[in-house]
Amino acid sequence: MKARIKVTLKNGVLDPQGKAIEGALGSLGFSGVASVRQGKLFEVELDETDPAKAKAALEEMSKKLLANTVIENYAVELDEK
Amino acid sequence: MSMKSGVVVFPGSNRERDMLYALENITGAKPQAIWHADTELPELDLVVLCGGFSYGDYLRTGAIAARGHIMPAIVKAADKGVRILGICNGFQILCEAGLLPGVLMRNAGLKFVCKEVKLEVANAKTDFTRKYAQGQVWRCPVAHGDGNYFTDPETLKRLEGEGRVGLRYAEGTNPNGSLNDIAGILNERGNVFGMMPHPENMIEPMNGATDGRALFESVLEAVA
Repeated sequence: MKARIKVTLKNGVLDPQGKAIEGALGSLGFSGVASVRQGKLFEVELDETDPAKAKAALEEMSKKLLANTVIENYAVELDEK
Repeated sequence: MSMKSGVVVFPGSNRERDMLYALENITGAKPQAIWHADTELPELDLVVLCGGFSYGDYLRTGAIAARGHIMPAIVKAADKGVRILGICNGFQILCEAGLLPGVLMRNAGLKFVCKEVKLEVANAKTDFTRKYAQGQVWRCPVAHGDGNYFTDPETLKRLEGEGRVGLRYAEGTNPNGSLNDIAGILNERGNVFGMMPHPENMIEPMNGATDGRALFESVLEAVA
């Protein structure tokens, strides 16, 4: 079973990398970019075939390692097939 | 007075030699190097997590090391009241391990900073700062890309209110955008301390100053 975990910075957490990217887009001539926030995407392949169990395991992985919940949110997405 | 100390070495640690040298120079006793794959700690008065780039800073700085084999033993030692000192990457590891609150984020200026800063002793009553005077300003080098201390407003209020900010960047030398100019913080019990600057590199006249010695002498006095 395949899954994706999206890790993004919480609102209010300063993202200097996103700011730098925003600036670079501006200097490339892309106008109208109001803001850029940088995050991470994990593609995970699991042996588990039960979606509920897979989801629960991925939640644990996110909480324990993939995201630092002081500054980051995470979202688990399963490929249902 | 003698103190039994140890320095934990992870793959990618690179300040362990400086730290081992500083500890022996200041305490007069030979410290032990502790390998990250061990699961038990020897009897120690002070455990130091040193600087470097453990696991290449993969995922987040300190994140992988914080889940390493040796960490449960370090958490247990902290629970027993053993002094734990995290310098630079060691501070990042302590935060990722949950032994200290908050997180060290990318420097606000996005650049790795390697220079000397001024540190102000925000609380001189701690086991790690007692040999300094309250408000004393001292010289110390920093070398990091992720030293920008961040935590939620409630935790920040608690840290400030409980005197758990031990050191602050002084005289406009905050190199990383750290909240409230925080350079070093304590856990609730006061036996775990993390800081980004490198006092182990300011201990002999050869280093330009000896301002960092008092930090180690503080622990030495505290455990005596």
